[in-house]
Amino acid sequence: MSGLGAIYRRELASYFATPLAYVFIVIFLLLAGAFTFWLGGFFERGQADLAPFFNFHPWLYLFLVPAVAMRLWAEERRSGSIELLLTLPVRPGVAVLAKFLAAWSFVAIALALTFPIWITVNYLGAPDNGAIVAGYIGSLSMAGGFLAIGSCLSAATRSQVIAFILTVVVCFLLLLAGFPLVLDAFRGWAPPVLIDAIASLSLLTHFQAISKGVLDVRDFVYFAMTIGAWLYATTLVLELRKAD
Amino acid sequence: MIEVSALTKNFAEITAVRELTFRVGPGEILGFLGPNGAGKSTTMRLIAGFISPTSGAAAVCGHDVSREPLAARRALGYLPEGAPAWPEMTPRAFLGFIADVRGLAGEHRRRRLDDTIGRLGLAPVLDRPIEMLSKGFKRRVGLAQAILHDPPVLVLDEPTDGLDPNQKHEVRTLIGEMAPGKTIVISTHILEEVHAVCTRAIIIARGRLLADEHPAGLEARSRYHRAVTVAVSDRADLGRVEQALAALPGVAAVEADAAEARLTALPSAGADLYAAVTALAARERFALSEIRLEAGRLDEVFRSITTAAEAAP
Repeated sequence: MSGLGAIYRRELASYFATPLAYVFIVIFLLLAGAFTFWLGGFFERGQADLAPFFNFHPWLYLFLVPAVAMRLWAEERRSGSIELLLTLPVRPGVAVLAKFLAAWSFVAIALALTFPIWITVNYLGAPDNGAIVAGYIGSLSMAGGFLAIGSCLSAATRSQVIAFILTVVVCFLLLLAGFPLVLDAFRGWAPPVLIDAIASLSLLTHFQAISKGVLDVRDFVYFAMTIGAWLYATTLVLELRKAD
Repeated sequence: MIEVSALTKNFAEITAVRELTFRVGPGEILGFLGPNGAGKSTTMRLIAGFISPTSGAAAVCGHDVSREPLAARRALGYLPEGAPAWPEMTPRAFLGFIADVRGLAGEHRRRRLDDTIGRLGLAPVLDRPIEMLSKGFKRRVGLAQAILHDPPVLVLDEPTDGLDPNQKHEVRTLIGEMAPGKTIVISTHILEEVHAVCTRAIIIARGRLLADEHPAGLEARSRYHRAVTVAVSDRADLGRVEQALAALPGVAAVEADAAEARLTALPSAGADLYAAVTALAARERFALSEIRLEAGRLDEVFRSITTAAEAAP
């Protein structure tokens, strides 16, 4: 397992070796703040909770997480370093997992830096801190799902721009899988079982369940399976297309 | 030890490597020659396990590359074409990463890093990002990565490509120094390299193995093998010397290079021309500035072997 740790550390360090990390963190914090205070009406609501903060995370992640994920494999392929990485004595699945965990940790760092808002709400009132922790867990789970999707689509192309756009589209459809925009496309011809199945794939439904403070094991299983499935798909795509 | 048997790789509609079979043992430095697009890099990628063969097999130190990929890779040091690395890393961080992935630890790790950095002269650039390094240093960083774990088998894809003559010489010396006990395969399209470092040469074109010999054996295939070249001091003598050479017994043909005032007498099979030519020059009092026995011209052998293959259907 020395490979997993080494690749993880190299990847995480590589985010901070370029301005990307700092640009991402600053934009993430600015947007998170702006959404919470202006669009979410944090003060006007007069409630001591972080719902206005977490409610906008799916939309924030929709554009920011694909920007992190797009370079995961597309960049390795473009620069040729994929040939070096995948001829080291490491299983491809381990490399996929290590790179994913590094990206996830990076997003977790950005998310952790929103702690002032948690201090603020505790200063202003007496919030349910359990619900806030649940919100953070839900938010991080959703970011993991987006990253796993981005990892797979990044492995499928050597263009980061294409990886970014594809990831945004797939994440958008999965976010809204439980809503009329997506479901209407299936109504009328698909059997109800299929429509229910598609609706249950919705990232947003599961995220909202967790972030309301309802820690249902099914929601965690859903995120774990989403991440696992897309990472497994990443390994398959790499195997097929790594030498292109 | 590398064993390659009936190795074949098809891409969508082309066969990049077909039915390649060879074996390289410890102490050998095999030069892998071929025109661009002949399948050199594909073969090396197959041995390194980066791509999987369509049929056939490759094994490194007895470990089949497809069935025991990790064991095969542990025994192998591989320099991919173009020496890729992560551009934002420094050589120090990069080699540290490779050492970690390869599981080197403690005193052994430190010794291997010091030895490799010393051998490749990387000390002055250790803390500069790789993207800022010159082409020569980038290539050396790639070589360092390949030899860091002191593997018994080295596969180096164009290790001297893009280097200046001094750097080429350094890399060849390095390869020569590492050779005892190791199995080394280098690919190149530079023929002088074969002379300079290789104990054996394989020529491939269109994915097929066309020759597998000692460099001297390849030279012997040349029609210039054991030919005698003379440089005529006075250009006015050129015609007279040419006629005299052509009349010598054992001379199959004479080629003239008027610009350089050189004549090359090609021998008929088994003939020894050198003594005859020197005797002729003394007898006729030709003013010659040079008389040279040719070993054979690799570029000519290379061209005749590979163009014949290109022309075949």
